[in-house]
Amino acid sequence: MSETEGVKAPLSNKERMTIDRVAMPEQAGDARAHNFGEVNLGLTYQLAMLEAERCIQCPKPFCVDGCPVRVDIPRFIKSLRDGDLPAAAESLLGDNALPCVTGRVCPQETQCEQVCIRAKKGNPVAIGYLERFVADWAQANPDALPTANPTQTGKKVGIVGSGPAGLTAAGELVKKGHDVTVFEAFHAPGGVLIYGIPEFRLPKDIVQAEVDRLQRAGVKLELDAIVGRTYTIPELREDYDALFLAVGAGLPVFMNVPGENFKGVYSANEYLTRVNLMGAWSPNSQTPILHGQKVVVVGGGNVAMDSVRTGRRLGAEEATIVYRRSADELPARKEEVHHAKDEGVRFEFLAAPVEVLADENRWVTGLRCIRMELGEPDASGRRRPKAIPGSEFVIDCDLVVVAIGTKANPLLTGSAPELNVNEWGYLITDEYGMSSLPGVFAGGDIVRGAATVILAMGDGKRSAAAIDSWLNGVWPPPPEANAAKPKKEAAVAGN
Amino acid sequence: MHSVLEREQLSPNVVRLVVNAPRIAKVRRPGQFVIVRRGPGGERIPLTIADNDPEAGTITLMIQAIGASTTELTNLQVGDTIQDVAGPLGAETHLPPAGTHAVCVGGGVGTAVLLPIVRALGEKGVKVTSVIGGRSKEWVILEKELREAGDVVTCTDDGSYGRHGFVTQALKDLLDAGGVDNVYAIGPVPMMRAVAEMTKPYGVETTVSLNAIMVDGTGMCGGCRVTIGGETKYACVDGPEFNAHQVNFQELADRLTTYRSFETSALERKKAEEAAALGACATTEVQA
Ligand SMILES: Cc1cc2nc3c(=O)[nH]c(=O)nc-3n(C[C@H](O)[C@H](O)[C@H](O)COP(=O)(O)OP(=O)(O)OC[C@H]3O[C@@H](n4cnc5c(N)ncnc54)[C@H](O)[C@@H]3O)c2cc1C
Ligand SMILES: Cc1cc2nc3c(=O)[nH]c(=O)nc-3n(C[C@H](O)[C@H](O)[C@H](O)COP(=O)(O)OP(=O)(O)OC[C@H]3O[C@@H](n4cnc5c(N)ncnc54)[C@H](O)[C@@H]3O)c2cc1C
Ligand code: SF4
Ligand code: SF4
Ligand code: FES
Repeated sequence: MSETEGVKAPLSNKERMTIDRVAMPEQAGDARAHNFGEVNLGLTYQLAMLEAERCIQCPKPFCVDGCPVRVDIPRFIKSLRDGDLPAAAESLLGDNALPCVTGRVCPQETQCEQVCIRAKKGNPVAIGYLERFVADWAQANPDALPTANPTQTGKKVGIVGSGPAGLTAAGELVKKGHDVTVFEAFHAPGGVLIYGIPEFRLPKDIVQAEVDRLQRAGVKLELDAIVGRTYTIPELREDYDALFLAVGAGLPVFMNVPGENFKGVYSANEYLTRVNLMGAWSPNSQTPILHGQKVVVVGGGNVAMDSVRTGRRLGAEEATIVYRRSADELPARKEEVHHAKDEGVRFEFLAAPVEVLADENRWVTGLRCIRMELGEPDASGRRRPKAIPGSEFVIDCDLVVVAIGTKANPLLTGSAPELNVNEWGYLITDEYGMSSLPGVFAGGDIVRGAATVILAMGDGKRSAAAIDSWLNGVWPPPPEANAAKPKKEAAVAGN
Repeated sequence: MHSVLEREQLSPNVVRLVVNAPRIAKVRRPGQFVIVRRGPGGERIPLTIADNDPEAGTITLMIQAIGASTTELTNLQVGDTIQDVAGPLGAETHLPPAGTHAVCVGGGVGTAVLLPIVRALGEKGVKVTSVIGGRSKEWVILEKELREAGDVVTCTDDGSYGRHGFVTQALKDLLDAGGVDNVYAIGPVPMMRAVAEMTKPYGVETTVSLNAIMVDGTGMCGGCRVTIGGETKYACVDGPEFNAHQVNFQELADRLTTYRSFETSALERKKAEEAAALGACATTEVQA
């Protein structure tokens, strides 16, 4: 299997400490700013093996504590460097249902890698790169992995929403032999992974391959099924022994400034859905998209970075982020901010929009902004931005994309008033992820508010374990090894 | 996959399709719509559910060929399939009490969107007068079906059938005659706006169905936003029907032109492809 097997003596920790972190091979900034191909190209086998040698296999690995689903990081890295890719893949997939996805989009620098012991002296182990390497190998070699053949329990579970939370739960529950059906409102599965995160960061083929794998494992998928409309929660409760609600936080938030309904103002949801789900980046798509020459994106999270980089790729000469705080507070992943800068994106920090300007035909011509300064820290600990009177200025543009957050969609919860929601419309669950309706569980963004892929997956995994217990009549569920709450819940999406 | 079970040409550019969609046929309410996607690469197109048959598991769609995607749909034949039909979406029609009198005004394909409302009103015991129109006789659709639920006044711009003139003139006569409690108006934006302006001084509650540009139809994109009484609403979940006297029609008309240049080129591409397919023998067709 491996080229290194039996040849090299293991390195000492001292030797390991001398190896520098590998760099991710990537498409050059000027080239990629004009195409939708993936930016990060992935490690080669040699680079992956070299990086794997950097891990000193801590007896008490902090990295695992930093991961919301507690991936046994040293274990999969050990198998990798032993050249045993099937074992590495099996170990990783046992802990994380969608490693191809998390290896690409997890905010590693605030999670596993932040607390890696090697970060104390220099650079942490590139856990995300290694995770992606092993996961991509597993996806390319499906036959190398054992297939589970669980005995069927005859219990039916309905899952609403096919984002990372729903897909993870589905995978866990078929493994236990339950009959699982996933309902998805859109014509394609994957949630934000398909309609939100762009192709250049997460190729859609990768997501589809994960869905295919789940379907081969027995998960049924019902597309174009809008729960709350096509079916109601009470109906599904009759037909299924348990439900898992994972509908995300899909409602766009607008700026609430004059001119917001002019032509050329998009919510990030609409902009990214047209481009990603509907394929409007390709001339072969029937779905239109406005190609701005000067694009302004309002917001500073991953959604804003994805939108502004999409604008560049659709031909914008100028693509600008308008963010009301400073560079230090940008909630987006560091890597995405770097990539955006490399691609020529401009940043207008400490500025907030006050009005969208338009011509006589109501096409956008500019965004009037006001300068901000940072005052006292607010409840979130971040310094609160304050407008500086008289500091207004205009940014010329022909397209404005609003990426200042999302909120809960009442479409589903409205169809079942017995479901308890909090003041923002998010579902309230107990410590096992169960909603106010017995046997109806919930997780992901519809419980947490806009969060991250891995937190949604963690919810899917925990809820699946709880659902399995519920279906087996063991309630409350026994304490589960994996149920440990993450130490740190980094919020990266949103504003 | 949803197969087309019946097809009927209603007017030169409007086609009626009966489509297999059991889930939707079972729960659909008047006023609701579906989003249809013909196949890979296709656009998501909102279409009103004109009728449903829960036993047969079918819904009826009436489609006007205006752009590339709707032309593709109206070209479907019995036995062809539609990949995606999602719904039912939108809020159901708010019906006034039995015994009241409603005037229902339809223009163009709006008449098809009106039909399920007229039927629902009729079933509820509301007296209905439908006012429908078209350029000339061949453009007047669904007269027979509407007559099953009440009176029908037909109008043509050229006087070739029914009254000579616009539907708004016929509506004015009815309003002047008195006894009208509600008006429903569905059609092109200028027509709905004209009706709204006309009924306002009479103080007659008026409902319009707004055909904003949509993507998901579930409230997640905000593309369908319309201004109603100064407030932003989403046509797909808060509507599509709204109180006509509160609608900002100018903004709607304007937003509907967002992709005009794109559409023209998409349609021209399509026509060019078709022409190429027909080959040299194709004669020039007069475009309606
Ligand atoms: C543009 C963008 C970029 C992001 N980048 C990152 C990143 O780099 N790293 C990271 O960790 N996180 C990122 N996030 C956040 C992350 O994607 C979300 O936190 C995560 O996807 C939430 O997962 P979920 O399963 O709860 O919901 P979602 O992914 O939102 O999926 C919910 C699914 O449910 C479906 N649905 C909704 N209502 C219904 C209904 N009534 N009936 C049936 N189906 C329904 C939806 O169509 C959707 O498919 C990003 C988010 C966005 C929008
Ligand atoms: C709730 C709702 C119900 C509808 N019901 C019906 C119906 O029962 N039968 C029917 O024939 N049509 C109906 N429509 C209109 C139909 O969806 C549009 O005609 C269609 O989307 C146009 O697509 P296209 O690609 O063929 O044309 P395009 O090339 O996209 O557009 C052609 C013209 O139509 C306008 N337009 C674009 N998108 C829409 C849109 N979503 N709605 C209205 N106009 C649009 C454009 O401004 C343009 O001038 C409905 C629309 C909505 C929102
Ligand atoms: S899932 Fe995310 S946080 Fe966990 S190990 Fe992988 S990259 Fe790190
Ligand atoms: S903390 Fe870093 S060095 Fe230690 S086991 Fe984890 S990845 Fe390896
Ligand atoms: S169509 Fe997207 S919100 Fe209405």
